Amino acid sequence: MKTDIILSGVGGQGILSIAAVIGEAALKEGLYMKQSEVHGMSQRGGDVQSHLRLSDHPIASDLIPRGQADLIISLEPMESLRYLPYLKKEGWVVTNAQAYVNIPDYPGMESIRAELDKLIRKVVLDVENLAKEAGSARAANIVMLGAATPFLGIEYTRIEEGIRTVFRRKGEEVVALNLKALRAGFGAARQLTDGNQ
Amino acid sequence: MGKHLFLGDEAIAQAAIDAGLSGVYAYPGTPSTEITEYIQNSATAGERGIHSRWSVNEKTALEAALGMSYAGKRALCCMKHVGLNVAADCFMNAAMSGIHGGLIILTADDPSMHSSQNEQDNRVLGNFAMIPILEPSSQQEAYDMTYEGFGLSEKLGYPILMRITTRMAHSRAGVETRPPREQNPLHFPEDGKQRFILLPALARKRFKALLAAQDSFIRESETSLYNTYFDAPDKTLGILTTGIAFNYLSENYPGGFQHPVLKICQYPLPRKQIERLAGDCGAILVLEEGYPVVEEQLKGFLGRGISIHGRLDGTLRREGELTPDSVGKALGKDVNSYYSVPEIVVQRPPALCTGCGHRDVYEALNEVINTYQGAKVFSDIGCYTLGALPPFRAIDSCIDMGASITMAKGAADAGAFPAVCVIGDSTFTHSGMTGLLDCVNEQTPVTIIISDNETTGMTGGQDSAGTGRLEAICEGIGVAPGHIRVMIPLKKNYEEMKRIIREEIEYKGVSVLIPRRECIQTLKRKHPAKK
Repeated sequence: MKTDIILSGVGGQGILSIAAVIGEAALKEGLYMKQSEVHGMSQRGGDVQSHLRLSDHPIASDLIPRGQADLIISLEPMESLRYLPYLKKEGWVVTNAQAYVNIPDYPGMESIRAELDKLIRKVVLDVENLAKEAGSARAANIVMLGAATPFLGIEYTRIEEGIRTVFRRKGEEVVALNLKALRAGFGAARQLTDGNQ
Repeated sequence: MGKHLFLGDEAIAQAAIDAGLSGVYAYPGTPSTEITEYIQNSATAGERGIHSRWSVNEKTALEAALGMSYAGKRALCCMKHVGLNVAADCFMNAAMSGIHGGLIILTADDPSMHSSQNEQDNRVLGNFAMIPILEPSSQQEAYDMTYEGFGLSEKLGYPILMRITTRMAHSRAGVETRPPREQNPLHFPEDGKQRFILLPALARKRFKALLAAQDSFIRESETSLYNTYFDAPDKTLGILTTGIAFNYLSENYPGGFQHPVLKICQYPLPRKQIERLAGDCGAILVLEEGYPVVEEQLKGFLGRGISIHGRLDGTLRREGELTPDSVGKALGKDVNSYYSVPEIVVQRPPALCTGCGHRDVYEALNEVINTYQGAKVFSDIGCYTLGALPPFRAIDSCIDMGASITMAKGAADAGAFPAVCVIGDSTFTHSGMTGLLDCVNEQTPVTIIISDNETTGMTGGQDSAGTGRLEAICEGIGVAPGHIRVMIPLKKNYEEMKRIIREEIEYKGVSVLIPRRECIQTLKRKHPAKK
C-alpha cells in the first residue's frame, strides 16, 4: 500500500488539520508516514502545500517526486491546478469549487472550471456550502477530507478515530461537528464518483 | 517512551528533554521556532523546571546556554541559520573555551529561502569553528543524535553544532523515544580559569588544544553509526550523501543501490570511509543540501585525478534545495510529469493580514513620504517587510535584524533627507537598540518608526522582549521624551498620524514614533469567539 498526497490551499484554510487527522489515522493503521509542511511566511495569505506520504513500507523522501502523487486534495480550485506536475497519470484531484480571491489578478472562474473539466479523475465540490448544510460551517476543511477519504487507502472508521484524537482537546461538541462534516463530504464524493472509479 | 508523530523540530525538542536538558535558549526564527515552543508547552519540561523562555536575540541565547554549560548542566541553543551570524562571536569562542555540561547549538538552515533572506549553509561556520557537526537524515536520527549529542559534547569537551534544514524541521514522521535521563547536578569545571578566560596567553593554549582535538573528532566520525558505507556492484561511480540527501537518493533506488554509497551525517568528514569510496570508485557524485561544502573539501584531500561531480560542475544546480527529482536527474533518470501547470495559474504571494496595524502605518507613511522627493524608507526583518509588495511598495531595504535604524543613520550621515526607518518591536529589542544609541550620540536626523504589534508576529506570535516598555527603553537610551510619539494605527487616526510623521521628519534630531496596536492574529487567538 502506498498513497502519496499533495495537500494545497491558502494560508489559514486548514490544510494542516487535514494532514493531522490523516496522520493520526495512518499511525493507528500501523502505516509509515512522512508529512512535509510549510510554515512562516507562506501563512500570510499565500499559497500553502503539504506533501503527505503513507505506505506500509518505510518511506525515503519527505517530498513526493513529480508525476507520482496519487491524489491532490485542495481547499482552493486554482491551488489544485498549481501542483498538477506532481500528479501521476491516473491520479485523482479532489478540490473545493469555491475560489479564495485575495489577489487582484485571480483568473476568471470560467477558465478555472475549464481547466478542471479537462481532468479525467476529479471530485469538485463546494465544501463551504456542504459544511453550512451540515451545520458545521467552520469545518469546510473536514468536509474536504471526507470527500477525499475514498481515495486514501485508509478505512473511513480510522479517519473518524483520527478526528476524535485531533479534536478531543476542543471538546465533544467540536468532535461531533467534525464527524458530521466528514460524513457530508464522504457522501457527496460517493455520489459524484459512483460508477466512475 | 513509545512511537510519536513528530516534526523534526519536535523530535529534537523531545530528545533534549529526555537527555536531561536543563535549559533551551533561543530567539524565534523559521524553521527553528517549534523546538523551543515544544519545550515551552511540554508538561514534563515544566515539571523538571527546564528553562525555556525566549531570549532577546541569538547572541544572548548562546551566551546564556554557554553559562549553563559552564555550571555543568546540559543546554540547547536553537536558531535559524542567519541567527548564527548574530551569535557568531560567542560561537567561535565557545569552540576555544570548550564546554562543561553538554552543549548543542542547533542551526535550522533554509535552502531555497522559503522564509529567509539568504540560504547560507552553516556547516561552513561549523568547520570555521572546527567543532563536530551532526546532520540528521530522518526525524528518528534527529531524535537519536540529540539524545546522544549532549553526551558526545561532554565526552569531547566541545560544543556540537547540529544542522538541519527546512524539510527536516517541518516534516513529520513516526519517532521512537527513549527513557528519560536525570539532569546534571550543578558543578563547575575544575580547570575553569584555564579554559574560560580567553586572554591571549591562555587562548593560544586553547587554540592548540582545539587543533589537537581534531583527531578525536575525526575518530568519532569514523566510528559513528550515522556514517554508513553501502557497497554495491557498479563501481564506475561512488555516491556520497549528507543529511537528507540520502533520502532523495534512496527514493530513486527503491530496489537497492546500484553504486556504492557513503552516507555521512556526522562531521568532520570520516577520512577512512572517504578513502575507501575514492579507492573503490572511478568517480564520485556528491549529494548535499546547501553549499558544496563536502564537494570542495573532497577536491582538497583527494588530489589524485578522481573526478568529483556535484553542485560545482553543474551536475546539480548550485542554488536551491535538493528534491527527489533534481537528484534523479543528476543520476541520469527520467523525471516524468504527466500534467503541466495551466497558464491561468498565477502567483499568490503572502500579504499583511486584513486588519493588521502595519497596513495602517504604511498607508499613513506613504501619504507623507510621497510629498518628499528622494525620501528613503529603510526597513527590517518581520511581517512588515511585506510592505515591500503591492499595494504599499513602501520600503527600500531589508538586510538583517536591526539594520533599518543603522542604515537610516548612515544614509542620513551621507546627507539623505528624510531618512526614515520601519522596524518591529521584537526586532528593535533584538538588534535595534544599540543602533538607536549610535543615533542618539550623534543627534542624527532620523525618523524611527517602531511598528509595535506587541508580539513576534512573523514566527507565529511569540512573546516580544520589550512589550510595554518601549518608550522607557527609548528614553533610557537618550531619545528626548518629546520626540517619542505613540499613536494608534487605525483609519480614523490617519490625519493625526500623518501630522505627527511630518512633524518628526522635519525635526532635525532623533525621533521615535511608536504606532501600537496588537497583532490581529494573537488577538484572534485570545478571543476566538470574536472571529
